[in-house]
Amino acid sequence: MSKGRYGIHGGQYIPETLMNEIEKLEKAYEFYKNDKDFNDELNTLLAEYAGRPSLLYYAEKMTRDLGGAKIYFKREDLNHTGSHKINNVLGQVLLAKKMGKKRVIAETGAGQHGVATATAATLLDLECEIYMGKEDTIRQALNVYRMELLGAKVHPVESGTMTLKDAVNECMREWTNRVDDTLYVLGSVMGPHPFPMIVRDFQSVISREARAQILEKEGKLPDVVMACVGGGSNCMGMFYEFINDKDVKLIGCEAAGHGVDTDKTAATMAVGSEGIFHGMKSYFCQDEYGQIAPVYSISAGLDYPGVGPEHAYLKDIGRAQYVPVTDEEAVNAFEYIAREEGIIAAIESSHAVAHLMKIAPTMDKDQIIICCLSGRGDKDVAAIARYRGIDLHE
Amino acid sequence: MSRIKNALQGKKSFIGFVTAGDPGLDKTEEFVLEMERAGAALVELGVPFSDPIAEGPVIQEANIRALAAGCTTDKLFDMVKTLRTKTQIPLVLLAYANSLFKYGYEKFFARCQDSGIDGIIIPDMPFEEKGELSDIADNYGIDIISLIAPTSEKRIKTIAKDAKGFIYVVSSMGVTGVRSEIKTDVASIVEAIREVTDVPAAIGFGISTKEQVSKYTSIADGAIVGSAIVKIVAEYGSEAGSHIYNFVSEMVSGIE
Repeated sequence: MSKGRYGIHGGQYIPETLMNEIEKLEKAYEFYKNDKDFNDELNTLLAEYAGRPSLLYYAEKMTRDLGGAKIYFKREDLNHTGSHKINNVLGQVLLAKKMGKKRVIAETGAGQHGVATATAATLLDLECEIYMGKEDTIRQALNVYRMELLGAKVHPVESGTMTLKDAVNECMREWTNRVDDTLYVLGSVMGPHPFPMIVRDFQSVISREARAQILEKEGKLPDVVMACVGGGSNCMGMFYEFINDKDVKLIGCEAAGHGVDTDKTAATMAVGSEGIFHGMKSYFCQDEYGQIAPVYSISAGLDYPGVGPEHAYLKDIGRAQYVPVTDEEAVNAFEYIAREEGIIAAIESSHAVAHLMKIAPTMDKDQIIICCLSGRGDKDVAAIARYRGIDLHE
Repeated sequence: MSRIKNALQGKKSFIGFVTAGDPGLDKTEEFVLEMERAGAALVELGVPFSDPIAEGPVIQEANIRALAAGCTTDKLFDMVKTLRTKTQIPLVLLAYANSLFKYGYEKFFARCQDSGIDGIIIPDMPFEEKGELSDIADNYGIDIISLIAPTSEKRIKTIAKDAKGFIYVVSSMGVTGVRSEIKTDVASIVEAIREVTDVPAAIGFGISTKEQVSKYTSIADGAIVGSAIVKIVAEYGSEAGSHIYNFVSEMVSGIE
């Protein structure tokens, strides 16, 4: 019977060519996740190379300015390579090496997962090829060069909408072409089982640390835990250890683009419906015949027409709430947190900051919000300048 | 016995594929009839999908052309219903899981039966997942065609035991598309299939020459050609009918 279910979501909807490899991956992961040597090695890499634990930072100025709940940021932007993506890739690339693979492939949207994968691959001596929508290679040209500096080969994907979904398509096609020596290092809590589980487990270090840190600092659990959602990896990492803390409210912030009432949106939870795509059953932006819809967001990292199956499940059972945030709101938040706290946050993370700015003032002063700053915003500066009408190019 | 098994059993067959609605559904009807006239034993019709992850560039582009020309699942079934009044050739859809799921499994298979579809290939629904629709397909008499890949190994027998209609043996790693050389030991895969079932096995992926058809129909019960035919449609568009007839005639002559 079918594996990897979150309620009705999840599963393994992939070509037969990949099924044996997916089973091997699952077996390898089930073994290594309990293997002391593997965990020692991974924990050393996370501590000595990625810079974990990441800070839980009290944003005193924003707290004062917004006049409500106490605001804490989980600073994944301070990790090596500048985002939460390193947590997952160190785990998966190490797993690839243990499985005897010589090569890793990965999709990337904003380039963060591509840069992280290229970094881990070069560190652990594996070949690396990255698939990136051509549109995104233009939006995030600097990250393309970064990946090349790190020794990866970057393939611009020219099919479909030339964005993240097409990069995933191309990665899956390439994996069916060469599975023997290659592991597909998926960047989010999506795709066929066991990927949503593997990525969630490796990212759950975020909430494991944050939960201990807030108990240490405040002596109690937070009232709200929030993060941005594209595929949903930083968000699942931020939620996971709080899921059983029933009084902690979980909020995922998805990219509404120009708004959920327009066709320029990527807010899957708000406008999508149940479907089967990219190896999983979950919610997708699609038409009445199941054609996957072109989606839009200013943020290349959230510009994806689906969402991970465990998020779909948390929504179904009402454990987490998902809210849409527009480009304009995210850009305002990007500027606000820079001026207020001196932090240039990724435009992806700024979607969560934007919603935080709405809810913090409505909460009491003794309440606590933890918001995940999934990445740093250096990569976005030129695009935000252009959004504001300043003719700036990298 | 199903119309598919009936058509393929006890002889060597050529199976052709076109993406439905490329360049238009009226042309799809004509192309199917041309393939039948040239000696094809069965025709596969691709249901156009926005993101066909098992296809190479040739069929990806055909999907884009078909969708741009306005092909939908409903219009496709209407076309098949008309086509069915003109031919008894077995027709098999190739559709991605989401095309069925979003349409509704019950409604999809009911329309397959009503229009005269005999079977369906779902490239992104492996053995482990097909349980969610196999009973419904059975109720409407539609065969779900199983795929076996070069990597299937121990899975071959599990899949073959459960197979209906015919078994699609994927000759090569990767996606659909013309290949100059096929390295997989397909003969041993077919042998493993034979040990557990008499359901006909046909080999596809990468076949485009008469010599390949000759070789693979000597190993298995049939050879499947897709991308090479879709290429003809890409080149000649609405004038492709006679070219498809000539190409398929040539391929069929490769059957010993």
